[in-house]
Amino acid sequence: MEQIWEFRSILLQGMLWSIAVAVSSLMLSVILGLIGAWGKLSSNSTANRLANMYTTVVRGVPDLVLMLLIFYGGQQTLNHIGQSTGLWGYIEIGQFTASVSTIGLIFGAYMTETFRGAIIAIPQGQREAGIACGMSKVLIFKRIIFPQMLQIALPSFTNNWLVLIKTTSLVSVLGLQELTYVSKAIGLKYQSPFTFLIFAFFAYLILTMISELIFYFLNRKNRMVSRGI
Amino acid sequence: MEKINWLDWGVIDWNLPLNHWDLFIVGTFNTVLLTILALFVGWVLSIPLAFLRANRNKLFNYPILCFTYVFRGTPLLIQLFLIYYGAGQFDIIKESVFWVILKDPWWCAFIAFSLNSAAYQTEILRGAIETMPQGENEVAVSMGMPVLLRLRRIILPSATRRALPMYSNEIIFMLHGSVIASTITILDILKAGRMVNGQYYVAYEGFITAAVIYMALVFITTKGLKRLEGNWNAYKQPRTT
Repeated sequence: MEQIWEFRSILLQGMLWSIAVAVSSLMLSVILGLIGAWGKLSSNSTANRLANMYTTVVRGVPDLVLMLLIFYGGQQTLNHIGQSTGLWGYIEIGQFTASVSTIGLIFGAYMTETFRGAIIAIPQGQREAGIACGMSKVLIFKRIIFPQMLQIALPSFTNNWLVLIKTTSLVSVLGLQELTYVSKAIGLKYQSPFTFLIFAFFAYLILTMISELIFYFLNRKNRMVSRGI
Repeated sequence: MEKINWLDWGVIDWNLPLNHWDLFIVGTFNTVLLTILALFVGWVLSIPLAFLRANRNKLFNYPILCFTYVFRGTPLLIQLFLIYYGAGQFDIIKESVFWVILKDPWWCAFIAFSLNSAAYQTEILRGAIETMPQGENEVAVSMGMPVLLRLRRIILPSATRRALPMYSNEIIFMLHGSVIASTITILDILKAGRMVNGQYYVAYEGFITAAVIYMALVFITTKGLKRLEGNWNAYKQPRTT
């Protein structure tokens, strides 16, 4: 315990990095999920095919493989394009950028399925009512589809978030100094890996529990709203 | 091996992974073996745990709930590191007979994956047992079946059949999760890719090959499981003739 207290600032910093990665990738994944859901539901066959390809590939390849491919390969690709077009010079993708973009990309695919399911669950009549009132497509989405979609998608969204937090630990392989990386590194250096890793273990558990609690209350409130209470 | 010209695309040279096909074969073997063994051990462990939990056993329900909650609420990577790195901190373990097993990364991965899978499978099976139509069980009781026979003939087949979609998810999850074995020096598919990339200092070839192998494995597994689902649930289909 004393050892953990001694390194509290580094461990806390690692935890903050983990949370930063998780929250940023969540935002990216929501954006990608909305685009993906639009692609899957649109009548445009190209968008359809692209969205289907996106979800199939992402769900077929393990997260770590994709992460390494984007971290190493993505950088080379960007520089290759920059070199051949002369638009930009040498770019280095940081660990944070690589982690956030990969985790965002992966969970974007899961969010696509979540949002698609939620949009499908909204009765068609509501959309028609919107059209009958003379609303534009954007207005229908903003006032009718989107608010209800959020409510219906919340349980599945919660699930995705819980898996996402756990996935952030993989980022340590890229060398980003988040909770897993820090606790492993300090533990090995001071010959007490168990002490620090068990700290990380419970830190993740507490993060999960807090999120579960928050989403539990959101869900309850959500249900009350939809019942008109 | 001789260089095949049409495989050299300039930016990506497929000759590199092809030259090291033996690495990928060993890697695939390790990945598949680890996944299957962990799933099997997890399944065996999950049966008594799920049964005790579904029956709300006074003594064991909460300890088992703690086990599944903790293992489902933390990253698999941390669990693996705890066993692989953490066990070495204690002299008692180092001097005991278990050290032969715990110093070997393969066994550590196997233990971590099995426990993790056991936690997930316990909750899957518990859910399926709890939602079982009560009548099935009551008929078995009225036929005078003892508990174990009922478990073997009625409860398990019925629950497994209905839980099959969840089991498919768990199998894919485990296959995807097994990539982290490469972080503790096990030669799995990803490690093979990393070795090829490291040796030639390239960025794409090894990882893309690994990604394609994983995708093929996932594809084969999902196809096989879909077929199995069709077979097992065939009795629910409307008759065609």
